[in-house]
Amino acid sequence: MAAHLSYGRVNLNILREAARKELREFLDKCAGSKAIVWDEYLTGPFGLIAQYSLLKEHEVEKMFTLKSGRLPSADVKNIIFFVRPRLELMDIIAENVFSEDKHHSSRDFHILFVPRRSMLCEQRLKEQGVLGSFINIDEYILDLIPYDGDLLSMEYESAFRECYLENDQTSLYHTAKGLMTLQALYGTIPQIYGKGDCARHVANMMLRMKREFAGTQNQILPVFDTLLLLDRNVDLLTPLATQLTYEGLIDEIYGINNGYVKLPPEKFAQKKQGEASKDLPTEPKKLQLNSAEELYAEIRDKNFNAVGAALSKKAKIISAAFEERHNAKTVGEIKQFVSQLPHMQAARSSLANHTSIAELIKDITTSEAFFDNLTVEQEFMTGVDTDKVNTYIEDCIAQKDPLIKILRLVCMQSVCNNGLKQKVLDYYKREILQTYGYEHILTLNNLEKGGLLKPQTSSRNNYPTIRKTLKLWMEDANEQNPNDISYVYSGYAPLSIRLTQVLARPGWRSIEEVLKMLPGPHFEERQQLPSGLHKKRQQGENRTTLVFFLGGVTYAEIAALRFLSQMEDSGMEYIIATTKLVNGTTWIKSLMDRPESQTP
Amino acid sequence: MAFITANWNPLGEAFYRKTELYEMCWNLRDGLRDSLVAAAPYGGPIALLREPLRRSPSSRPQLEIYSASGVGIASFPWKSGPVVQLGWTVSDELLCIQEDGSVLIYDLFGSFKRHFSMGQEVVQTQVLEAKVFHSPYGTGVAIVTGSSRFTLATNIDDLKLRRLPEVPGLQGKPSCWVVLTQDRQTKVLLSNGLDLYIVDNTSCTAVVPPGLSPQAGSVVHMSVSFSYKYLALFTDSGHLWTGTSNLQEKLSEVDTKKTTTPRQMVWCRRPKSQQPSVVLMWDRLLLVAGVCNDTIQFPLEDPCVLIGELDGVRIISSTNQELLQEVPLVCQDIFKIASMAPGALLLEAHREYEKLSQKADEYLREIKEQSMLGEAVKQCVEAAGHEYDTNTQKSLMRAASFGKCFLTDFSPDQFVSTCRELRVLNSVRESSVGLPLTHAQFKQMTVQVLIDRLVYRQFYPLAIEICRYLKIPDYQGVSRVLKHWASCKVQQKDLSDEAIARAVCVKVGDSPGVSYSDIAARAYECGRTELAIKLLDFEARSGEQVPLLLKMKRSQLALSKAVESGDTDLVYTVVSYLKNEMNRGDFFMTLRNQPVALSLYRQFCKLQEQETLKDLYNQDDDHQELANYYVTASYKEKRLESRLSLLQSAVDEYNKAKNEFAAKATEDEMRLLRFQRKLDDEKGAGLLGLSLQTTQVRSDAVSIMWAEPEHFQATMEALLALGLHKQAEQLYRDFRVPDKRYWWLKLKSLAEKEEWEELEKFSKSKKSPIGYLAFVEVCMKCNNKYEAKKYVSKVTPEQKVKAHLAVSDLEGAADAAIERRNEAEMGAVLSRCSASDRLVIDRLNRARAGAAKK
Repeated sequence: MAAHLSYGRVNLNILREAARKELREFLDKCAGSKAIVWDEYLTGPFGLIAQYSLLKEHEVEKMFTLKSGRLPSADVKNIIFFVRPRLELMDIIAENVFSEDKHHSSRDFHILFVPRRSMLCEQRLKEQGVLGSFINIDEYILDLIPYDGDLLSMEYESAFRECYLENDQTSLYHTAKGLMTLQALYGTIPQIYGKGDCARHVANMMLRMKREFAGTQNQILPVFDTLLLLDRNVDLLTPLATQLTYEGLIDEIYGINNGYVKLPPEKFAQKKQGEASKDLPTEPKKLQLNSAEELYAEIRDKNFNAVGAALSKKAKIISAAFEERHNAKTVGEIKQFVSQLPHMQAARSSLANHTSIAELIKDITTSEAFFDNLTVEQEFMTGVDTDKVNTYIEDCIAQKDPLIKILRLVCMQSVCNNGLKQKVLDYYKREILQTYGYEHILTLNNLEKGGLLKPQTSSRNNYPTIRKTLKLWMEDANEQNPNDISYVYSGYAPLSIRLTQVLARPGWRSIEEVLKMLPGPHFEERQQLPSGLHKKRQQGENRTTLVFFLGGVTYAEIAALRFLSQMEDSGMEYIIATTKLVNGTTWIKSLMDRPESQTP
Repeated sequence: MAFITANWNPLGEAFYRKTELYEMCWNLRDGLRDSLVAAAPYGGPIALLREPLRRSPSSRPQLEIYSASGVGIASFPWKSGPVVQLGWTVSDELLCIQEDGSVLIYDLFGSFKRHFSMGQEVVQTQVLEAKVFHSPYGTGVAIVTGSSRFTLATNIDDLKLRRLPEVPGLQGKPSCWVVLTQDRQTKVLLSNGLDLYIVDNTSCTAVVPPGLSPQAGSVVHMSVSFSYKYLALFTDSGHLWTGTSNLQEKLSEVDTKKTTTPRQMVWCRRPKSQQPSVVLMWDRLLLVAGVCNDTIQFPLEDPCVLIGELDGVRIISSTNQELLQEVPLVCQDIFKIASMAPGALLLEAHREYEKLSQKADEYLREIKEQSMLGEAVKQCVEAAGHEYDTNTQKSLMRAASFGKCFLTDFSPDQFVSTCRELRVLNSVRESSVGLPLTHAQFKQMTVQVLIDRLVYRQFYPLAIEICRYLKIPDYQGVSRVLKHWASCKVQQKDLSDEAIARAVCVKVGDSPGVSYSDIAARAYECGRTELAIKLLDFEARSGEQVPLLLKMKRSQLALSKAVESGDTDLVYTVVSYLKNEMNRGDFFMTLRNQPVALSLYRQFCKLQEQETLKDLYNQDDDHQELANYYVTASYKEKRLESRLSLLQSAVDEYNKAKNEFAAKATEDEMRLLRFQRKLDDEKGAGLLGLSLQTTQVRSDAVSIMWAEPEHFQATMEALLALGLHKQAEQLYRDFRVPDKRYWWLKLKSLAEKEEWEELEKFSKSKKSPIGYLAFVEVCMKCNNKYEAKKYVSKVTPEQKVKAHLAVSDLEGAADAAIERRNEAEMGAVLSRCSASDRLVIDRLNRARAGAAKK
């Protein structure tokens, strides 16, 4: 079921199992048949922890989406609300409970707060006069959700916005708590590095929480050697760039949500063998994407330009395998062939799916628009004419291309130029407001507050220095057989990953100057291990680093870290954790403000 | 040593022995006569109240509390009403049941804790007799009143009074009664004349003990065993009936030949005992009666008190204290004269070995021949556990250790743990500590409870030493002791806050699991707020500090601690508390000093209290945010006037914030709104509502675009669509629209309306800032190839090929490409050629070949 979580260097299935156990325990606390009322946002993340079958085993008979008004009728003993601790949700729950009482009186109510209960919410329920109606009010501590064998995410959408725009560090508290849970299961992490204000804050909280739990000495042999905490605002550039890995492009174009992607169905319709393709399906095709699928694990982190070759190679292997049947002479051989058949058929359908996806993506990546856009991005990243109004952006605005695309480009130019000249900035802003509407002034304000967009101050542009020192641009990026992480953006090596790479070797001391140019402090902390838990490392055994991106990480960055893990001489394995899996579009969107208009 | 059996008394198969525990430390002038005495089991404390029913106010009786060894703990004059019964709870609290039904609770040190009443009606009817009993629910109290009714409280910590049904024919108090706990039910068994009754919650049932001889007479005394399993009944004819307490089975009936009612009757048995027996006490005689018809009789010189224990009976007199118990089987085996049990032989072997006698080897060989050496060691270890005398313990343990040397794979666990436990037991048995626990009691009680009891008696150093010695994890051990110590320390009135805080900090340090906030809470309860605050400072978990600080009304401090914890929910909690506590001005000022709290509160207001948000920004002179606030508000406004006035406020604030751009942009927005309105009024153009109509939902895969209100671009488009070119022109100039964009707009608009002439005119109005390829492409988009071709010639050389291709003019494209000698372009043209375009292909190929040569 979730076997792919346990294949990696760190068995993340332990975390999943711990989460499942806790869920079962809570469900058993509410004896009898139950219906769950879901905060819709939670269904995705929960799907990664427990399928419906688990819920069913514990007498969950119905599931509803939380919405105001009356609860749907269901002949169950318990109604359980699974919600995030948000005030607006409390009001809906109160409404549900009120309208309920008149019809049934025998149903028991429970609330499960995810990831943490909140006094504020309970107070709200109390004010609404329904707090007493709940038999159980509990919390389900689900901070870090395992997405893959090396990937954890909190799926906390608004983390970046809250931290940098609203000075609300709730997400960081959850992060610190999540890291404590992780340490409880995988041992104390002896070394903590970090860069950025949020990183510092999280590290401080972790160290304090450790003191608070001083009594319960963790006796688990540490699995992680190092924790690296990175603020997203240390590297604002990377998420703005278009990802060029296979998985990155799927996310850019179709959006991957909780490990699933929805694709236009046409491409997949005729693939079904034997069936007449008379009815084209109208429902989007939903596919799960993770390392459980062998082929996907193989190609997802490749540059898209290398995917075609990989697919055709795979196609050959599979058809060769099917050809084997002609060589199978004896009964034993045939039997063996047949036993492999399900696996081969799965491989074939996986191949068919990914060939279709690759075709869909190719249609877009070969388009002129995509090419032009990429060219401009690369010009910015290499520092070409970043101080002038860019004609391509101008044209895109005139053509009314999607606003987010424009914002990504403008922000990118600003970041690569360490701010735009006031004149240039104002020009872009006016163009955007006139073309897309004045209400976006709030969004523009947000982007400025978040540092993505800024006027150039007197200090000189230090981006070129950073680029050169960290080798952010590699002229001859090899997309087919990469030898450097820059392949994930066909030339641009993500800054965040360079920092990670340098930390491992030769160490941050070599780049003090650059670190000072990037926002926020950098630091190192050590956590004492109880004697006897010091690892005796085998010769040649890799070290394991947990890299935590505060404010989001892209699939291309993940690909780059996986690439580093696989490099033979790196001596380091990376596990990735983040507040949210993002791409430029979702990230910018989370920073947009959209007043509800009341146009007459 | 040889006389170890000297105090053994046979009773049937078993032996009973009386071991002296203490010479009592107390000095009682009048002995135990005329006193109400209560002593708790498990070596608990002893409470003594002389002449409890004396009513003269001039000479008050003295209530005294002693340890089991008679060390005085507390003594104070009894000022309340007459006391009927004293008793101890499981947690060493003293219950004083008064005649009027009120029960006063004191702690071990004689300080009053609380009181409760056994019912209002009791004040009138008075308590005739009362009993304190222990059940799985806790400590209970049972009384019988002057109106011959029983009232029970099964757990005094969760007081629920139960009045039992009336007993037929009962006048005054019954001749005797006991409380039974069976099947989770508490009942009373009582004797009235010749009848026995069981009274439970609902009914009163007459019962007859099985096999009680009819001539035995009426029951005058009864006793239930420590475990509530067995019952003993004594009749006025001197018969002692024993059986199970459910009255289903009879064990024995013994004729004691005593017709006087005993003063006390207590069960004396041990787990796995060979024979259950009962100890009866008269003024001058102590009698042990078992299953067999034999009895053991001890003379008594002094009035005594019997205390039933798990594995024996303690006998307390005014001078000393003894333990009467059945000799454990293993001790019998070892010490019985001429015993050949392996343990006995091993003990003998070791004794010879110490004498350097070769007989040691003979004994050892004898055991080994029967392969009983392991058994022998076990016996010695087990017996040592049962012995009270340290010398006996030592010789047994030495013998065991000696035997162990000759065994190869023998687990030392039991030996080691018994050694440890004996050391602990010996230290708490010390007269100065006074906990005369047997090994069996200790096991039953668990070391945790022992430590609690030591802590409760304030033997902190000993408790810590035991924790360390037994290697109990800090959490359950040392830390717990320190916590109690600290809670006690903060109550010392003679020390300054400073001194106490320092002392606590030095001792407790950061011992795991000691909660400074608990200690602080204790200090606060004792009215020492300052000390509590000092102590809270040591608390590592900021989250824990907050509730107490709020309780102590140190809200500012609470807020900063909450912020420190990083737990935003906690911050919210304090903030909402402050909001209710303080006036608005102070509240805002407080927040101002706590930026994190302020931001959180802003977040809260954004969702819940927009108006407050405005006030907050105002107070902080945060003009930028204030302006944003007005902008947001303006979109919620339906009426144009109010919308404009909100936008004007935004402009003002943006200006104050020195955000010129935003001010200007907002002014533009207002200008646009006015312009739209003016046009609506003049032309009925419907521009104000127009934004929604022109909303385009892009099917673009990369992103979606939202509906745009107040839309400049849409306005322009609409103007052009409506043919209001003059107005469009005006907007274009007023709003400084870049030429490029204006040209795109106009181009698209004209093409869409298929005003081709107008378009051509427009194209010639001046040099196109967007080039002419755009014209070609837009015309093609509108499916007008004819018009498109018009513009091909005007396209710049670089875009020529593209333009020709756009109108599918392959030849033209080929010409252009060849002219430009551009290989890539030639390739592009080629890729568009089909087989029928032979001529073009050939030309291109030739040109390419020519280019290649050069």
